[in-house]
Amino acid sequence: MYAAAIDQGTTSSRCIVFDHDGNIISVAQREHRQIFPRPGWVEHDAAEIWAAVQGVLAEAVDGLEIAALGITNQRETAVLWDRRTGEPVCPAIVWQDTRTDELIAGMDGEIFRERAGLPLTTYFSGPKVRWMLDRGLRERAERGEILFGTVDSWLIWKLTGRHVTDVTNASRTLMMNIHTLAWDDELLAALGVPRAILPEIRPSSEVYGHFRGIPVAAALGDQQAALFGQTCFEPGETKSTYGSGSFLLMNTGAKPVVSRHGLLTTVGYQLGDGPATYALEGAIAVTGSLVQWLRDNLGLISSAAEIETLAKTVDDNGGCYFVPAFSGLFAPHWRGDARGVIAGLTAFVNKGHLARAVLEATAFQTREVVEAMNADAGLALTSLRVDGGMTADNLLMQTLADVLDVPVIRPVVAETTALGAAYAAGLATGYWDGLATLRANWHKAAEWRPGIDPGRREREYRDWNKAVARTLDWVEKP
Amino acid sequence: MGETIQSVERAAAILRLLAGRRLGVAELARATALPKGTLHGILRTLVHVGFVEQDAATGKYRLGATLLHLGSSYLDVNELRARSLNWADGLAGRSRESVWIGTLHEGQVLVIHHVFRPDDSMQILQVGAYLPARTTALGKVLLAHDPYEESGGDELDLVRSRGWAADLEELEEGEVSLAAPIKDPSGVVVGAIGIRGALERLTRDGEVDMRYVSYVREAARAITRDLAR
Repeated sequence: MYAAAIDQGTTSSRCIVFDHDGNIISVAQREHRQIFPRPGWVEHDAAEIWAAVQGVLAEAVDGLEIAALGITNQRETAVLWDRRTGEPVCPAIVWQDTRTDELIAGMDGEIFRERAGLPLTTYFSGPKVRWMLDRGLRERAERGEILFGTVDSWLIWKLTGRHVTDVTNASRTLMMNIHTLAWDDELLAALGVPRAILPEIRPSSEVYGHFRGIPVAAALGDQQAALFGQTCFEPGETKSTYGSGSFLLMNTGAKPVVSRHGLLTTVGYQLGDGPATYALEGAIAVTGSLVQWLRDNLGLISSAAEIETLAKTVDDNGGCYFVPAFSGLFAPHWRGDARGVIAGLTAFVNKGHLARAVLEATAFQTREVVEAMNADAGLALTSLRVDGGMTADNLLMQTLADVLDVPVIRPVVAETTALGAAYAAGLATGYWDGLATLRANWHKAAEWRPGIDPGRREREYRDWNKAVARTLDWVEKP
Repeated sequence: MGETIQSVERAAAILRLLAGRRLGVAELARATALPKGTLHGILRTLVHVGFVEQDAATGKYRLGATLLHLGSSYLDVNELRARSLNWADGLAGRSRESVWIGTLHEGQVLVIHHVFRPDDSMQILQVGAYLPARTTALGKVLLAHDPYEESGGDELDLVRSRGWAADLEELEEGEVSLAAPIKDPSGVVVGAIGIRGALERLTRDGEVDMRYVSYVREAARAITRDLAR
């Protein structure tokens, strides 16, 4: 018997099958189209995604006996479909889509921060739903003919026929009250979204229904699934996923911590009838994509991995700091007027130093988010669990340990997102008997320990902060 | 087909003859049936562009480093680590042993990737460390496929023909290592992946447990396939 996870991501859908020890047994993957009808618009065809998911599911589980199936998904992307036919009524609006910026400019954000734990931005699902309803669908929605869901909800509907969503995905809609974990009438009124279209909010881990005899037993947003896959079950335990951008999530226990430092309050997971576990989330917009920028826009390297080779041609950054505020500064600064800066340049600085500065930018940005988390949660990070493609960069991981002054640990199974969804599903069906068993499956693949002296650590962080100060006030208000 | 250039065809024939071996002028002249003057001219040109090198001691010719890197366009070791990451983790998960990936660097094995043995015991990351080539399975695989390795000996011939190597307590008493080659799309060995663990776990009745050999070889083949994509 095995446990499987559908990992429905922004660019592709995958299905991964795991054994009881958490080892990967099989993987299948299919991409889907990214639709860009206008600048700033990003759409997916939900029917195409469903076809891809059916394909990868059939391929990966072929001939294997599956005890539980979990879902993890791109968060915030909004789907509307016809209750009767089960077909999408319009293109799905993807999380990166910024078409709702004018819509939200006229709204008061305070109530959302208080009740939903989120800033009012174009990322989240609520404004996207409002935008779609305003384009001729409102009457049908109010008559109950149209259903809304994030991607988890869409897939569970297709797999089991039930209209439900999990609490972690609901916590990204701007429509759920983060304290009561229920849809909030005032938030719905502020957004202009009728209650009739909303799915029922359910725990992350319970049997929602069956697909061809397989229990569909978990749903978690992708970053929450990674937190769960990294077995961050205790308050203070923190994971960071390093991709194009990076996402840090810290488990804050049974109470939501409303951030005073620009972080998001989100639900980490909820197992069956148990209480919800909350998390603080800090997103860093530009990390791996800065390495890609060095490759594609400057041509200094021919593959992302070569940055380590280039950076190792020198011993330090040569006094050079790179703040990649390409579209402003995000958590914890939230300064839209900032733009990128390379500071501290002298005639001495060469491309090796620049490569170092690029890698260090990821480490310094992580430290900023970690310090905000420590301050908000009243906890001190003692180690950081990492995953994602950039963990292959040994120099980056060492730099991260040096800058954070805590051990940086990579687990053996790098596919923590899919593993987290499989874990949550397997817990619901009894394939795994408890969190202790999952913890026992988690093993260190590598550990990087802090290795620089405290004086140098603080001096360099001070220089980084000076560079950050130089990014501000660049874009002038009209 | 249009007109072909005879001297290019002759150069290609010489390169084919030198693939995988070293030959002197007399042997090349016999094999190609070319006049010595013509042969010398072609060899001089090939040495000039770096496609052929002449061994200073024996005077024999062999394929040059430039040519070897031409097809593989030189694989960065950090790129190799990035491409191997998931497969190395999978090997650690299946074998429950530490996983190592190495490349040959000035006669030694440079460790470019290391996955801890998944038992949460105290282990230290060895990326960047050097291991001896002759007494480790990684080193034997790399030497067996090293174009510049002189007399390989029977053991390296065996490693090459069966596709894997073992070290039975040659580096550390009570420890065994196993390894298999990682190849680039042109078939050139660019690294080796292997596991290291206690003698009592990796052997049975004094022989290597073939289950572990198959885990290692499957991981090596998976990375090789990945590099071909």
